[in-house]
Amino acid sequence: MTTTAHRVEPENNDHKPLGHGRMLRKEDPRFVRGRGRYVDDVQLPGMLHLAILRSPVAHARIVSIDVTAAQASPGVRAVVTGEALGEQGLAWMPTLSGDVQAVLATDKVRFQGQEVAFVVADDRYAARDALELIDVEYDMLDPVIDARTALAPEAPVIRDDLDGKSDNHCFDWETGDAEATERVFAAADVVVSQDIVYPRVHPAPMETCGAVADFDPVEGKLRLWSTTQAPHAHRTLYAMVAGLPEHKIQVISPDIGGGFGNKVPIYPGYVCAIVGSIVTGKPVKWMEDRSENLISTGFARDYVMRGEIAATRDGKILAIRTNVLADHGAFNGTAAPVKYPAGFFGVFTGSYDLQAAYCKMTAVYTNKAPGGVAYACSFRITEAVYLVERIVDCLAYRLEMDPAQLRLKNLLRPEQFPYTTRTGWVYDSGNYEPTMRLAMEIAGYEELRREQAEKRERGELMGIGIAFFTEAVGAGPRKDMDILGLGMADGCELRVHPTGKAVVRLSVQTQGQGHETTFAQIVAEEIGIPPDDIDVLHGDTDNTPFGLGTYGSRSTPVSGAAAALVARKVRDKARIIASGMLEVSVADLEWRKGAFHVKGDPGRSVTIQDVAMRAHGAGDLPDGIEGGLEAQICYNPSNLTYPHGAYICVVDVDPGTAQVKVRRFIAVDDCGTRINPMIIEGQVHGGLTDGVGMALMEMIAFDPDGNCLGASLMDYLIPTALEVPDWETGFTVTPSPHHPIGAKGVGESATVGSPPAIVNAVVDALKPFGVSHADMPLTPSRVWDAMRGAARPPI
Amino acid sequence: MQVPAPFEYRRAESVDQALDLMTRLGSTARLVAGGHSLLPMMKLRLAVFDYLIDINDLHGELGYIVVGPETVRIGALTRHRELLESAELAAAFPIFADAERVIADPVVRNRGTLGGSLCQADPSEDLSAVCTTLNASCVIRAPGGTRTVSMEDFHRGPYETAVGDGEILTEIRIPVRERGSSAYEKVERRAGDWAVTSAGAALWLNPDGTIADARVGLAAVGPNTTGIPAISQALRGRQPSEDAWQEAAALASRHCDPATDQRGSADYKRHLAGELTRRTLRRCAQRIEG
Repeated sequence: MTTTAHRVEPENNDHKPLGHGRMLRKEDPRFVRGRGRYVDDVQLPGMLHLAILRSPVAHARIVSIDVTAAQASPGVRAVVTGEALGEQGLAWMPTLSGDVQAVLATDKVRFQGQEVAFVVADDRYAARDALELIDVEYDMLDPVIDARTALAPEAPVIRDDLDGKSDNHCFDWETGDAEATERVFAAADVVVSQDIVYPRVHPAPMETCGAVADFDPVEGKLRLWSTTQAPHAHRTLYAMVAGLPEHKIQVISPDIGGGFGNKVPIYPGYVCAIVGSIVTGKPVKWMEDRSENLISTGFARDYVMRGEIAATRDGKILAIRTNVLADHGAFNGTAAPVKYPAGFFGVFTGSYDLQAAYCKMTAVYTNKAPGGVAYACSFRITEAVYLVERIVDCLAYRLEMDPAQLRLKNLLRPEQFPYTTRTGWVYDSGNYEPTMRLAMEIAGYEELRREQAEKRERGELMGIGIAFFTEAVGAGPRKDMDILGLGMADGCELRVHPTGKAVVRLSVQTQGQGHETTFAQIVAEEIGIPPDDIDVLHGDTDNTPFGLGTYGSRSTPVSGAAAALVARKVRDKARIIASGMLEVSVADLEWRKGAFHVKGDPGRSVTIQDVAMRAHGAGDLPDGIEGGLEAQICYNPSNLTYPHGAYICVVDVDPGTAQVKVRRFIAVDDCGTRINPMIIEGQVHGGLTDGVGMALMEMIAFDPDGNCLGASLMDYLIPTALEVPDWETGFTVTPSPHHPIGAKGVGESATVGSPPAIVNAVVDALKPFGVSHADMPLTPSRVWDAMRGAARPPI
Repeated sequence: MQVPAPFEYRRAESVDQALDLMTRLGSTARLVAGGHSLLPMMKLRLAVFDYLIDINDLHGELGYIVVGPETVRIGALTRHRELLESAELAAAFPIFADAERVIADPVVRNRGTLGGSLCQADPSEDLSAVCTTLNASCVIRAPGGTRTVSMEDFHRGPYETAVGDGEILTEIRIPVRERGSSAYEKVERRAGDWAVTSAGAALWLNPDGTIADARVGLAAVGPNTTGIPAISQALRGRQPSEDAWQEAAALASRHCDPATDQRGSADYKRHLAGELTRRTLRRCAQRIEG
């Protein structure tokens, strides 16, 4: 295994590589010209509009719902309540985690913003106005807002819809070896423990969720345009829930304005749109507004954690133990493979060589929106990395060791790969030290520490924070992973046209990741057709092969492998046709990207385009070879891929106002083979910006009554360009041994790795005040509390 | 897309016509200028009005900055961007440019107006603090004539002003005094956010270099439309100095009434009221020194 290290310098992106390499995104011309086509751009003849009445309170019994006035409101075509849905057996639907969730509330409302009724009307205004005329009588119940109190004996039972449910317990989960870990802790020189909260945040994609449902009663066919990251999985689930035959359902995910996990679940609104179309016989559009998106759709995080770390006096890390209280809201809507109710939190052992590790988790129901899906979290790896990187810094503080040196001392060594962690994960490849060293070199780490020492003398507050992360992405091997029984493999289909142009059909769906470019490049690299000549189709279940969609950084590890392998299949067939054209044996051909050459006589050659024409032409083909040049594949990954990275953040804190300024941020990522470096950098930049948001300002907060305090982007802050520095990035390349082109996922690396780096930097800046931990979000007020020794959890 | 409740809409062609409409329609009508506070509130259905009277065509009548020897007059429809870009205004009162740089974002500043900001009367609003700092007065026009009120009388409480049904705020007047300067500082959680706390300060010196007068206007820490007379009293006659600013800071912290919310704790805001008062007074003194 070789690893090369590079620092990213500004580059011209205007290349036209015949395969991997830096090039502008093929999808961008339509986006920069405002010609993207999103769900809300879909206009169908006779289309009606749907609006949803939501609960104003967190927990209440529904006494009555009077829709008489709403039904009489001008332009209203239908008003539907949970009771009416219940008559069709549609009031409840399964969640991705095997729980059930109300489509429309029948018995109780269980969080503020829960769907109670919907109106279908001639236009958006009429639908919205009619909501005001629906009269719901609520019998108020005490809400459970603080997860810490959810299991108290006196806590009201939220999920009394579940048979025999007498508490708010959702699930227990554990991993690792409790006894072995206890033994290591008991014998260790040093044990540090720290309560760490990862507050509830929201993905807040620019485009909110929505759908256009068009049910054709004659054909019995449902066409559904929806904001989904997983169109095929959604189609199957609709078939299973609604009893519609699967071949009569077409899910189309057109351009998507950001997903970040928010668009993985099936939301009640999608089901309402389908019912609305069936009831009215017309196409129905539902587009939620910003407040609805923030208060009711999939949140992320909400883990109350206790981290413990055991080490020798000289800084050898021995074991990590954690206890987690997970707030899952009113319904367990987490999207994770079935066997992994806590996602991939099991990688909380981080990038270190441990003797033991153990995690015990309890998940509870509260009167808050369901979800827990994501926000670029790689199935809860965000929480795991934050925990381990924060607790390692706590250890450095206790041992009075430099946090970079402490990490260097404990990082896994290249000869240990493939490495099986103490919680059973098999890290495929890694060469950590060069990544860490490159980040330190770009940062000028030693010089930064000198500068910090000088500033501390003068009373100035400067902090340097480090995070080293390993992610587990690319779910996943079908022997281990499924969602509601659906395996997590991905299909891919490649068709080369007679003139040598090609179309590749994916089962994954881009929400901004650049699939239309990256996948064209993957195919181009293998068959030598220029990326501009390869059309990438995705997002329409009628026109693409089955697969589970784009989330958890899985597109390149799974679908990217499928695309490379399907292209190799096509190339293998092309080689046979070429051998016939050149009248030599297959073994006498040499492939140079784009053409087959006769060995020893390179002047004799045919291009892939020549072969494509022959494949579709009238001439003879070698014996046993069918015409056409196409192939199909379903790729089942043998393992996840494990990208890693070293991040260093430099902050300045104003001693008078406690405001944090992120002055520098150095990100060195290793995602194996880099297909389009420009796209990777873009994803890293976006993820780092996400990280600044979570570390410094983002949090979905609730008041004691369960009112959501983050119902608009004035209240729920997301960062702007003014809060972020010029990112300094670099990369190392340690290919994945099991991926056909050595690539690993990268889409979420920066979101996972940046929050601990930023928090570690702020805590480091506050070291003169004796601060060893402060929870996110590190708003000025909370930093000021920490400076006065009054740091407290945000919830 | 968030959609407001139904309303009727008229574009006024003159101040007189707008006044006439407002008088006839009473509390069911609202003026819309920049619309950057009113329209979001209507879309969220926190505010519902039957009629909107759009006065954006009256910019010729109500959009101006006139810097006179004794008074600066600013029309109520003057936009944030015009306040930010006026060199004359910045020379007389640099506090305006300080504040405008941290108000919302360019999109809002292109449309939002001085009058709209004051009439919205949001306790976190920056220009109210600026006008308080500068001891501005507000000219309110009714069909029967005009009246002029101080900032203290203008603000009746959060989201409430002295402007009655059938009245229009038309002009802000700011007295010009010699040997003075002003400054503004704001702490926000993110660019474009409302203030966690902000402070404006104005300072005037006597010919002998001692302080002739000082005023401080705070935002987001409870009602503050008086300029904090205790600070004026404490500083008059003293030499500009860190001690003086420290005393003013302590007074500012004492004379505010912040509440804990998502933006910060009451204690922190009280601390900021002092810290920002110190910083802005210091900058005023530096600016006077040139």
